[in-house]
Amino acid sequence: MSSLTREDVEKVSLLARLRLSEDELTKMTEQMSQIVNYVELLNEVNTDDVEPMAHAVEQYNVFAEDVPHQSLPREAALANAPKSDSECFRVPAVLGD
Amino acid sequence: MALYEASATQLLSQLESGEVTSVEVTKACLEQIRKHDGEVGAFLKVMDDKALAKAEEVDKKRKAGEAVGMLAGVPVAVKDLLCTEGEVTTCASKMLENFVPPYSSTVVKKLEQADAVIIGKTNMDEFAMGGSTENSALGKTRNPWNTSLVPGGSSGGAAACLAARMVPLSIGTDTGGSIRQPASFCGVVGLKPTYGRVSRFGLIAFASSLDQIGPMARTAEDTALFLEAMSGYDPNDSTSANVPCPLFTQTVDKPLEGLRIGLVKEHFGEGLNGEVEKAVREAVAVYESMGAKVVDISLPHNKYGIATYYIIAPSEASSNLARFDSAHYGHRCDEATMLEELKAEEDALRAAGKEAELKKLDTPLIRMYRKSRAEGFGPEVKRRIMLGTYTLSAGYYEAYYLKALKVRRLIREDYDKAFKSVDIIMGPTAPNPAFAAGSKTNDPLAMYLEDLYTVTANLAGIPAISVPCGMTSEGLPVGVHMQAPALEEDRLLRAAYMFQKATDWHSKSPSM
Amino acid sequence: MSDQYDIIIGLEVHVQLQTKTKLFCRCSTTFGASPNTQTCPVCLGMPGSLPVMNREAFQLALKTACALNLNVPRFTKWDRKNYYYPDLPKGYQISQFDLPMSEDGFLLIRDPKGQFEPKKVGIIRAHLEEDAGKSMHDEVAGKADTRIDLNRTGTPLLEIVSQPDMRSPLEAKAYLNELKLILTYLGVSDCNMQEGSLRVDANVNLHIKSEEPKKVATPIVEIKNMNSFRAVERAIAYEATRQFDEWQETGKTIKDAPKTTRGWDDAAQITRPQREKEESSDYRYFPDPDLAPVTTTAEEVEAIQTALCELPMAIRDRLHDGYGIPEYDADVIVNQGQIAVDYYEALALKTGDAKMSSNWVQQDVLRVLKERDLEFDQFPITAERLATLLKAIMNKEIDTTRAKDVFTQMLESDKDAPTIMAEMGIEKVDDSAIDDLAREVLEANPKAVEDLKNGIQKAVGALIGQAKKKNPNIDPGTFRAKCIELVKDM
Repeated sequence: MSSLTREDVEKVSLLARLRLSEDELTKMTEQMSQIVNYVELLNEVNTDDVEPMAHAVEQYNVFAEDVPHQSLPREAALANAPKSDSECFRVPAVLGD
Repeated sequence: MALYEASATQLLSQLESGEVTSVEVTKACLEQIRKHDGEVGAFLKVMDDKALAKAEEVDKKRKAGEAVGMLAGVPVAVKDLLCTEGEVTTCASKMLENFVPPYSSTVVKKLEQADAVIIGKTNMDEFAMGGSTENSALGKTRNPWNTSLVPGGSSGGAAACLAARMVPLSIGTDTGGSIRQPASFCGVVGLKPTYGRVSRFGLIAFASSLDQIGPMARTAEDTALFLEAMSGYDPNDSTSANVPCPLFTQTVDKPLEGLRIGLVKEHFGEGLNGEVEKAVREAVAVYESMGAKVVDISLPHNKYGIATYYIIAPSEASSNLARFDSAHYGHRCDEATMLEELKAEEDALRAAGKEAELKKLDTPLIRMYRKSRAEGFGPEVKRRIMLGTYTLSAGYYEAYYLKALKVRRLIREDYDKAFKSVDIIMGPTAPNPAFAAGSKTNDPLAMYLEDLYTVTANLAGIPAISVPCGMTSEGLPVGVHMQAPALEEDRLLRAAYMFQKATDWHSKSPSM
Repeated sequence: MSDQYDIIIGLEVHVQLQTKTKLFCRCSTTFGASPNTQTCPVCLGMPGSLPVMNREAFQLALKTACALNLNVPRFTKWDRKNYYYPDLPKGYQISQFDLPMSEDGFLLIRDPKGQFEPKKVGIIRAHLEEDAGKSMHDEVAGKADTRIDLNRTGTPLLEIVSQPDMRSPLEAKAYLNELKLILTYLGVSDCNMQEGSLRVDANVNLHIKSEEPKKVATPIVEIKNMNSFRAVERAIAYEATRQFDEWQETGKTIKDAPKTTRGWDDAAQITRPQREKEESSDYRYFPDPDLAPVTTTAEEVEAIQTALCELPMAIRDRLHDGYGIPEYDADVIVNQGQIAVDYYEALALKTGDAKMSSNWVQQDVLRVLKERDLEFDQFPITAERLATLLKAIMNKEIDTTRAKDVFTQMLESDKDAPTIMAEMGIEKVDDSAIDDLAREVLEANPKAVEDLKNGIQKAVGALIGQAKKKNPNIDPGTFRAKCIELVKDM
């Protein structure tokens, strides 16, 4: 079917928020192509009228009641943050928004 | 028998009778870890002080005649992708090297309530992606039977610490075989329960519709005991099975009458190691000698298992691992360096007059995401994120992801049909015994194809177990794989127990 | 609006549902808490945490679906919408993609002033999703870090997407007003735009009338950042003019340019282009494996439909048809909310005069609420007490002018109308006293009697004035009638 190009892989790396070096891109293109070619094995299966199966077990209507629980103390919420102030998580300026 | 060699069931009876204390047992295990873990590398973290404190507490409770939990005083190891409140939980990834969860997983809480002594956290393939534990970013784990070989994976540390007699019970997780294959490589018992039997709350997700936590141990009784302790409905996990949990410990020693064993012809075909095949066929013969009937069955869509799995698992993983964006927790790249790099690229493009490329340059935020994730994840994790992102992306979703979901149903329907005529499906757990470290790392697809016998149980959500059933001429363990219908773990445990009554493969231990 | 083009408007409305807890965890949704104090592992997107669906949120969504005439399919599921943004801690939003919980409904809009024809605005779908957190940007330099507060993360939202059925800013505003009214009547959302519990994006383009057989459509623009209905109205009007100018300049049509996003700048009263998110269209939706799908039976939907409160449009009709008040009156009252309607109905039933009651509610009650910046439920005079005052007017115990004084005093004290009237010495003057007074005044004003005999009616005015000086409690109407009657016999 489709063959995976380096440009495809580069585009995917942006979607996936991964920065790949030139070498990594080359290797990734090669390995992904190999795997994608393999999984195209599925094309030989007739799946007309087959319902997709997204869950291992079919369950429906799992709800919780609308009763508040205790939230985490703020210090605990922020404890693992790479960068924070006394109140908030901090990230580089989001431009143009 | 040394305390560290005893099974959990044996230890519990000795603890109950007052023959030994939990502190003695815990110390024996810690000593064994100290002696051998330098070579094996099963643990990422050993919690000596906490473990001894818990052991002391349990001993006191026992002495005072207070009620104690079902694992009271027994040391257990926890795979390092189950959140433990206040203790670093890494998933064997640089991304989470310093991550201290503010909460504990349901299973860890259940172990605490059962008064188990959590002794440490075991190594694994990064984010449970892999079959050799070579993808750990934080340590090397080797097979106790031969330390030049891998222990299997992803629950490699979990299996290795059992084989090395460091601990009697060890928690694993299994997305495509990650409990069963290392159990097979290390000569221990590993059970992947029915999807939903054990709560996934606090299990750092790899592929949510396939992940399942399960017990690893050296005997069928211990596996039953451990499964009973960790199972049960959890309102915090919407996919948790809301069914009463059977008392596996009370039935494990009841033999199965008139057992019908299904053998899948294709499972004994090309690619299967001859010595593995021999051991498994001998195991089948043992069952026959006990009165079991063997039936040839067909699972026509089984051969699509790997392809289906390597679409669904990476797709889910690509989304599950999006949260590691360095904004709220986890590794973040050095911001100053990142901004300098960006500036330099910008200047270069401007100088070259490449306006179009200048416009495409990452914003600082996007660069932070991309660089942090590139630094935090290892090659296998990146590969799967990339694959999954691709198979979900516009234009490919239907050809790959949706197609895989449909084949998944056909795989499940094959099982439904097969279980009308057999009670258990039996075969090899892995096509080969443990392999040399470094021998397969350059060929991801070859590594993926090793999972062919195990992945379909995850796709179908059914329980499966690996039980030691023989040795190769080089003295490496081989595991027999048994699968049963959903919620029939009991059947697998009883079958395993029957086998262990008739053979002694499970009592073999590596010479350390 | 213009005879050169039609404006084509579709609206996407996000409303926060009034649950106590978030959509997938049990953290509180209370507005205004200190940053990052209403979070837990689930809404922080911590590794290992799992979502569990809020039952109440689904019930509120079902209620809304019924009120908006939407079909509720038997099966609905949860999907992940994958994109990276720092206020979206999981890296995906749990939403609904191809099988939403409701679809294909409509909303009726009407203008009592008749500025547009009544119409059905189609609703494509309404689906549930979780809200994101709040990003606080460095407004001045744009250089400092962005600060992230995740309190709002996971709050249940209902996204209601209309068909592009509206043709003027006025219709868009009417749609929003009616939608907001329905949601508040249902108690589904407080619809407070200032607090962000109702947010509107508008998709706008023009169909330009041309000589050619086919009309020309301009590229679609999605307008964001509108923080009031008035802003929506103005932004659409502005955008229509801008698109027409642009079309005249560039000739670009919907075929030449993709949909773009513009933000409304309220200070400058213009829309400005917004930076597009990269690869924004590729959200890689797929079913969320952590959540079970939801099935709903026809019986459940029917039960909700039956239990639904009376909706604004039906109340308007009932007030108009049942009480006989003008459509305009009914509209004003209904737009004030359920409490106003209840108040009005209690007043009208007690007084027996629907129109007079309507006038008082519209003029006096609403004026006071506006002057004092009160909500209707804070109005100090009960319908029962106001009815007593209105009855006194009807019984001619007090004239309207003085009744307004009593009304003012009732606002200030907790005394009822009869008490205040007694304190002011207001009492009904009996017929014989009026007769005496009329004779007395006529006797003293022969000129006026003469004028009246000659049919000069206004002469009576001066007589009323004199009589009022003698007895302020007389009812002017009764007194006037008496004078005319007496003069006839003279």
